[in-house]
Amino acid sequence: MSYAETTPIAINPRARRRRLLRKRFLRRPLAVVGLAVALAFILVAIFAPWIAPYSPSETDFNATLAPPFTEGHILGTDELGRDMLSRLIWGSRASIQAGVLAAALAMLIAVPIGIVAGYYRGWIDPVIARATDVLLAFPFLILAVGLAAILGPSLTNATIAIGLGAVPGLIRVARGEALGLREEDYVRAAVANGASDFAILGRHVLPNMGSTLIVQGTILIPAAIIGEAVLSFLGLGVQPPTPSWGVMLSDAQSYVSEAPRLAIFPGLAIFFCSLSFNLLGDGLRDVLDPRTTR
Amino acid sequence: MGGFLLRKVGAALIVLVLASMLVFIGVRAIPGDPAIALGAENRDPAVLAAVRHKYGLDKPLPVQYVNWVSLAVRGDLGRDQRELSVSETIVQRLPITLELAGLAILVGSFIGIIAGVLAAVRRGKPEDYAATSVALVGLSVPHFWLGIVMIIYFAVKLNWLPAGGYVPFSENPIQNLEHMLMPAIVLGTGLSAVLMRQMRSSMLSAMGADYVRTARAKGLPERSVIGKHALRNSLITVTTVIGLQLGALISGAVITEQIFVIPGFGRLTIDAVNQRDYTLLQGVVLVAAAGYVIVNLLVDVVYSLLNPRIRIAGANR
Amino acid sequence: MSLLDVRDLSVRFDTDDGTVHAVDRLSFTLEEREVLGVVGESGCGKSVSAMSLLQLLPETAHVTGSAQFDGLDLIAAPTSKLRDIRGRKIAFVFQEPMTSLNPSFRIGNQLGEVLQRHLGLSKKAARKRSIELLDLVRIPAPERRINEYPHQLSGGMRQRVMIAIALACDPAILIADEPTTALDVTIQAGILDLMRDIRERLGTAIVLITHNLGVVADIADRVIVMYAGRKVEEAPVRELYAHPQHPYTIGLLGAIPRPGAADEQGRLREIPGRVPSLSELPLACAFAPRCPRADEVTRSQVPELAEVRPSHLVACFHPGRNGDRP
Repeated sequence: MSYAETTPIAINPRARRRRLLRKRFLRRPLAVVGLAVALAFILVAIFAPWIAPYSPSETDFNATLAPPFTEGHILGTDELGRDMLSRLIWGSRASIQAGVLAAALAMLIAVPIGIVAGYYRGWIDPVIARATDVLLAFPFLILAVGLAAILGPSLTNATIAIGLGAVPGLIRVARGEALGLREEDYVRAAVANGASDFAILGRHVLPNMGSTLIVQGTILIPAAIIGEAVLSFLGLGVQPPTPSWGVMLSDAQSYVSEAPRLAIFPGLAIFFCSLSFNLLGDGLRDVLDPRTTR
Repeated sequence: MGGFLLRKVGAALIVLVLASMLVFIGVRAIPGDPAIALGAENRDPAVLAAVRHKYGLDKPLPVQYVNWVSLAVRGDLGRDQRELSVSETIVQRLPITLELAGLAILVGSFIGIIAGVLAAVRRGKPEDYAATSVALVGLSVPHFWLGIVMIIYFAVKLNWLPAGGYVPFSENPIQNLEHMLMPAIVLGTGLSAVLMRQMRSSMLSAMGADYVRTARAKGLPERSVIGKHALRNSLITVTTVIGLQLGALISGAVITEQIFVIPGFGRLTIDAVNQRDYTLLQGVVLVAAAGYVIVNLLVDVVYSLLNPRIRIAGANR
Repeated sequence: MSLLDVRDLSVRFDTDDGTVHAVDRLSFTLEEREVLGVVGESGCGKSVSAMSLLQLLPETAHVTGSAQFDGLDLIAAPTSKLRDIRGRKIAFVFQEPMTSLNPSFRIGNQLGEVLQRHLGLSKKAARKRSIELLDLVRIPAPERRINEYPHQLSGGMRQRVMIAIALACDPAILIADEPTTALDVTIQAGILDLMRDIRERLGTAIVLITHNLGVVADIADRVIVMYAGRKVEEAPVRELYAHPQHPYTIGLLGAIPRPGAADEQGRLREIPGRVPSLSELPLACAFAPRCPRADEVTRSQVPELAEVRPSHLVACFHPGRNGDRP
């Protein structure tokens, strides 16, 4: 990768590459659909208060378990008379927040640690590697459940728990990448030319890890979304009256025979949200790494 | 190969020890006073002090840890809130979860591997798109929701299968399988999706390899080229993936058992957390971690057995 | 009747960036017991033409022309018929010994496969024959090697195993695609010795593809020179080296490192320029851009093969040592 650092010529290799990638991405209909739907969910989450017809906790005991297409309630109501559509819309906030923030938290913590371990090696690498191994002895969700139990149930704590739970796995990935990159010729050349560690990491190592990290991020987000749903389902995440798709699913279990739609709608929401990010991730992976055989 | 194994076992033991410390500290970090839970919610300070003394909670932490570990190694994980032996409870419940997990792995691997090979061999054709789409759906579906949906349709609406519960195999094998079928499918879905994608990718890679070209140039029938040469190398990669997915399987089992009301090991975890039963929780998480470490070790061993390059040192070119 | 008669073989690839004409109307014959050298730079179409004879190219390749062998047109025949010929009557040795063997199976297994498939040998008989074959290609301690995995063998030995696999069913033709390129020079000599030996003892006809003129001089009977997918010269080996006609061949021969071959500044003679991209096939001599003899004729017409000396064909408007007709 050459760097047009000194001459501001029109052909900047990095900008050109970005344009190429954008073109390739747009050629893949599924990835574009994934991006669009994911963005839609994010927008719904942000603008929930303005979009939702009712407040999510507004109960109406005269209209409990109303079926869809009842007057005023397109998707019906739940066991307490709360409007399903509004709860679904508001519930997206918990999922998107948990999904995106947990993934971001995990990356912010794991990437620097992983890079330090993989690039510097020395004595710090085995320590980090062993610690990661120990943490990895606990499956992701178990870690998250444990952390959530320790921190106490709340959406923020659930987000933190999920983010931290993803850290060990991400450290391993980042470390692996850094280990490989430090052997690359252009890194060695930079070292031989006396560049500072900071410059090397910032200019050469990090950008080249970029595509792997982006892909990992897009895998993390749907996992985190489902993670939040699981934690809320188990009562360790969002607390009532805040709506969350996971809580809705948990509540719906008792009404499985009378009103299965109480379970189906939130589940579909989780499904499509997670699917859209998965499609996006797949598309990004195809575009960023030409070596993956399709 | 012997030295390699020994190193792996040694590393696994160290990880296990450190993990046990982590479990110990972690459980202690859960808010709430364990003495209250253990003393049946009696908040009289004198009673609490007595409870603490009885359970050794007044001793310094390291001492508590050593006590716990020395007993645990001998198989005694203490007694839970209801004075039942934790080890016994675990031993009772573990086989149930193992059966569930085993069935899930069977179902998941079978479907995943076959679908993956099919998609690779018929790349770009309708079968490939179908299989890949189904795998994507399988990945994105929250499997606890899938469980609920299956209960809605197959148990409530159609009444083909029971909605939950468990019947021991020894009592009635058919009913046992009836109860386990949906949970196993639900649990195996995620695994089969991941396996399908991995298998497809490995097969495509193998099919483009030089040694497959050689096999064709030898005039071997196509089924031998794919079925023997390409498949063998792909299966090796896939076993590692199965190993990696076991963690997800364990977490999945926890929730699946919750939904289908199966009295397994996974449910024990949730109960322990909800009831603040620290002794039970400690024991359960420790066993889970130990199991995971052991299984990973086994996967490493199986992988090195399958991959001749690790098993036998080469001419190193 | 020649053993192999190839007429107007053309191979075209359809890629995302357009059509690539890898081989353009290649014709040649191969006689029994003959060693035919096919020489040219990387990308000139030599490997592609060879692989097309056994239908070993990917689906994106379109092959036209004919290749008559043993009463069958190899290009037009269905793949099922080809499978009986592959490894049995015509065998292929690939360039990369490191990756051409399956790492998960033992040598004996990979050798035995061909024997069992084509000759119907039992496992025991196949094993016995495999040991004989390893001995034939001069691998020491064959009874031990037969149980080993490819990664336990060096590159040179792996290539010998590939040759053994190719010879297992005593094929009429052995096609060796750059068999020594991936190996050290000292090992190369051994492999070439082996091939000479094979021709002597077994009478196998060999098509030897290489970019190394030294190798060709060593072992070939007749030589074809290819450039940009076309055959530009063909002659018996001594004739070619003594009286090269095509400027490309002359350039190639001039570029061989030899004492006294350097110019005044002590540098090796190169052929300036690069091989043309195979997606645009100009209606002109493909070599014109690099040729010191280029003029309007060569830049506007495609030269056809003509016999300028006995059994010596060349496709050039200005053949000969010094640009004049010989």
